[in-house]
Amino acid sequence: MLDRSKVGHEFDTFSVDIEKGRLAFFAKAIGENNPIYCSEEAAKAAGYKTIPAPPTFMMSVDLDGPVFLPVLGLLEMDLGRVLHGSQDFQYLGQIYAGDRITQTSKILDMFDKKGGALEFVVMESSYTNQDGELVGKAQQTLVYRN
Amino acid sequence: MSEITVGTEIPALELPPITRTTLALFGGASGDHNPIHIDIDFAKKAGMPDVFAHGMLSMAYLGRMITNWQPQSQLRRFSNKFAAITHLQDVITCSGKVVEIVENDGEILARCEIQAAKASGEQTLIGEAFVAIG
Repeated sequence: MLDRSKVGHEFDTFSVDIEKGRLAFFAKAIGENNPIYCSEEAAKAAGYKTIPAPPTFMMSVDLDGPVFLPVLGLLEMDLGRVLHGSQDFQYLGQIYAGDRITQTSKILDMFDKKGGALEFVVMESSYTNQDGELVGKAQQTLVYRN
Repeated sequence: MSEITVGTEIPALELPPITRTTLALFGGASGDHNPIHIDIDFAKKAGMPDVFAHGMLSMAYLGRMITNWQPQSQLRRFSNKFAAITHLQDVITCSGKVVEIVENDGEILARCEIQAAKASGEQTLIGEAFVAIG
């Protein structure tokens, strides 16, 4: 069983620079051809301040932290047994190329199903830009195969 | 822009078959360096027959479908559960439709049911998106 006493644990806050080259690479990797995701001119013509990060890139902020999936170490989880159960993004603003995004996250809940064969870890994250604007929130559920 | 009402379908997005290259590029671009998606030796040790796709890859495809339909600046919420694993060579199609018109904070939102599915019809991602329409 994973250590349920960790519910409420807050992970170390960190900040990540959103680089336009990285956004272009992300767009390419998902087959996104809309020029707003790689060209400042196209983004501005479409009404954006500059190149916007695509909707699911918010999670890449998590993955770019100093420790890859810090929940693994905290709960002594084996990476090979972790699956992604669900993901929820709320957009309160927009993440743009050139932003410096500060991420905070915590463990919201833990529970199990199938007599403990599957355990679930629910985490909540928030994303604030360099101007102190809360631009997004996310909730993620990881599934652990025991 | 044509009027968006309950029943309006989001234009579907059919993707090319998932390859190892797709997964390697997405792993690097997304920052998800979990070897289970790119290293067959690791995947086998973890009890899987082969590497398999990141759930977030298909969620990114759903995102593409949504932003092809409406500007990203209109997207307010986007969520899904990952219902089945996507394997190499699977052909994923994203689809969705407006199921409800709701109001939130003075904005009119279209609540859309969205899904990603394999050619067999098996659903891999099931979720919803709220898109501001007025």
